[in-house]
Amino acid sequence: MATTTSSRAVGIGRVLVAVYGILALAATGRSVFQIIDRFGEAPIAFTLSAISAVVYIFATVALLMPGDTWYRIAWYTIGFELLGVLVVGTISVAAPAVLGLHSINPFGREATVWSAYGLGYLLIPLVLPILGMLWLYRRRPVAVAEAA
Amino acid sequence: MIEWFTWLQVAVAVLAALLCLVLGLVGRTPNDYSLGATLLVEVLLIAQLVVAIVAPLAGNPPTGSLPEFYIYLISALVLPPLAGFWALIERNRWSTVVLGVVCLAIAVMVYRMYQIWALQVA
Repeated sequence: MATTTSSRAVGIGRVLVAVYGILALAATGRSVFQIIDRFGEAPIAFTLSAISAVVYIFATVALLMPGDTWYRIAWYTIGFELLGVLVVGTISVAAPAVLGLHSINPFGREATVWSAYGLGYLLIPLVLPILGMLWLYRRRPVAVAEAA
Repeated sequence: MIEWFTWLQVAVAVLAALLCLVLGLVGRTPNDYSLGATLLVEVLLIAQLVVAIVAPLAGNPPTGSLPEFYIYLISALVLPPLAGFWALIERNRWSTVVLGVVCLAIAVMVYRMYQIWALQVA
C-alpha cells in the first residue's frame, strides 16, 4: 500500500504537502479577491500574485502525484517559486514602483504572497521552496530505487 | 466579530496546534486528543461564522472589507475537515503534525480576520 502510491508524499513530506496546500489556498484566495476588488490599483503585482497562486497549486499536486513526470513538474514549479520570491521580493523592496506598488508594506492592501520575500506570510514562501528542493533531492527516483 | 471571543478562538487554536505538533513529533498517530482539539477549533469557527452573520445586524459592522473577511473565514472552515479526513485515512504521526500545522494556520487566519474586521480601514 505505502509503496504503490507517491514516493514523495511520505513521512515528513506529508507535512510539506500540507503546508504547500495551505499556501496555495492563501495565495489563491488573496489574489482572487484583489483581482475582483482592486485590480486597477496594481495590475502587475496582482497578476504575478495570481500566477504564483496557480504555481503553488501545481506544486502541491506535483508533490502528491507519483511518477517521473510529476517529479520534474515538482522541480520546475518549486524552482519557479524560489526564483519568484527572490526576484519579486527584491523588486518589491528595492523598487516597488516597478510593480505598480505604492508601499512596501507586506501586510498592506497591495501586498502579495511574494512581497518583501513573503514577510506577510511569516517568510514561509521563502523557506518552503528550499525545504521542498531538499526534500525532492532526497526523494529523487534513483535514491528511492536504491533504498528499496 | 466579538473581540473576547476572537482572542479565545486564537488561544484555543494555538493550544490545539501545540498539542497536535507535540503529539505528532513524539510519534502518536491521530487520536481522540488531536482530532478532538481540531474538532473544537472547527466548532469555534462555525460559531465565528454565526457571529459574523449576526454582528452587522446587531450594530457591530466591520471597518474593513467584508468579502475579504469571508474569504479567510470560508478558507479556514475548509481546513480542519480536510486535515481530519487525511488523519483518518493516513494513520501515522505526520498526519498528527498536519493537524497541528492546520490549527496554527487557523490561528493566524483568525487574527487576520480580526485585523480586517476591527483595524482595517476600507
